[in-house]
Amino acid sequence: MVTFTLNGRETTFDGDPDTPLLWVVRDGERLTGTKYGCGIAQCGACTVHVDGMTRRSCITPISTLEGSSVTTIEGLEGSEADAVQAAWRAIDVPQCGYCQSGQIMSAVALLQLSPAPNDDDIDGAMTGNICRCATYKRIRQAIHDAAKTLEG
Amino acid sequence: MQRQDRLLQAFAFAALLALPGLGLAQDRAPEAPAPSTPALPDKGQDDQKTLKPVSAFDNIADETERSVAIFQETGKVLLHPRCVNCHPAGDRPLQGMDQHLHQPPVRRGEADFGVPGMMCNTCHGPKNVNVVAQSEDIKSIPGNPKWRLAPIEMAWQGRTLGDICRQIKDEDRNGGKTLAELVDHMANDELVGWGWHPGRGREAVPGTQKQFGELYKAWAATGAHCPDG
Repeated sequence: MVTFTLNGRETTFDGDPDTPLLWVVRDGERLTGTKYGCGIAQCGACTVHVDGMTRRSCITPISTLEGSSVTTIEGLEGSEADAVQAAWRAIDVPQCGYCQSGQIMSAVALLQLSPAPNDDDIDGAMTGNICRCATYKRIRQAIHDAAKTLEG
Repeated sequence: MQRQDRLLQAFAFAALLALPGLGLAQDRAPEAPAPSTPALPDKGQDDQKTLKPVSAFDNIADETERSVAIFQETGKVLLHPRCVNCHPAGDRPLQGMDQHLHQPPVRRGEADFGVPGMMCNTCHGPKNVNVVAQSEDIKSIPGNPKWRLAPIEMAWQGRTLGDICRQIKDEDRNGGKTLAELVDHMANDELVGWGWHPGRGREAVPGTQKQFGELYKAWAATGAHCPDG
């Protein structure tokens, strides 16, 4: 039995301890905003926050999360999340949208630690989030835009 | 006249150098090199996969020579990609036995633990994790509670064993460790120990950490001498 916090709510899981967090979240908790992309930590679509830091949920066994706090796209909140959501909407960042949950989780984690990132900071944070539609330029622009709104 | 001759000679030499290259560039890509032959015979390759015990060096009478020989034996571990890949000379870790740059293209960061939004623990947890997805070459994601890059002053990539030896004895470049602490680190540190348990799909470093630690202890006891190279 693993007990952890999911989007602020205490949650338990008593299945196979090797079950990846992604499937606990999607199949067990029916939170399907987090996506399965590659299953080998190479694409970033499954990114969530664990104790405030980005984590690829597809390769995170649930057994390693006893006592941890997990946040998915559904539970994301705070000024950085609000700024990112507004910036994403303002310039229509997504195309197909499949990778965007992971992109947003990484973008918010970046802004929480680095509120005024330059292009290099953004590239460093987002380097593991692949977008098949190649929306990278809009992602970068939206992160800059979100950072500007956080300044004010 | 002499000057003209020299110019002609230089032109002819340059043409000789350039023409074969031009030919290749125009016709086709250079042929793939012949498959490389193993640098060591089979017996030698097996030797690279094990560590000799300290007693194997007892027949070296000269203590300095014995110390150097023992250190060279530990070099089978130190120079193994499992170790060097996280002691890179640059800003990015390496991966695989061919030591290619880490993918995704992560960075060292200020604390040798990545950059905001993409820290090491984004993918590397407290233990190795077998991937359940289908993948030709990635069978597991490596992990350890201490997972991070060695600081840049501890870079080993591209250095000789002698350089590494002098480096790891230097308290300014080994994290301030005394020789005794260094021996203990090699013998007992769990991130060092990961090299022998690197997870599915990865070749482990030779021998065992216990043998490795015993070699270090013997090396220190014989004066901790380094190879010249």
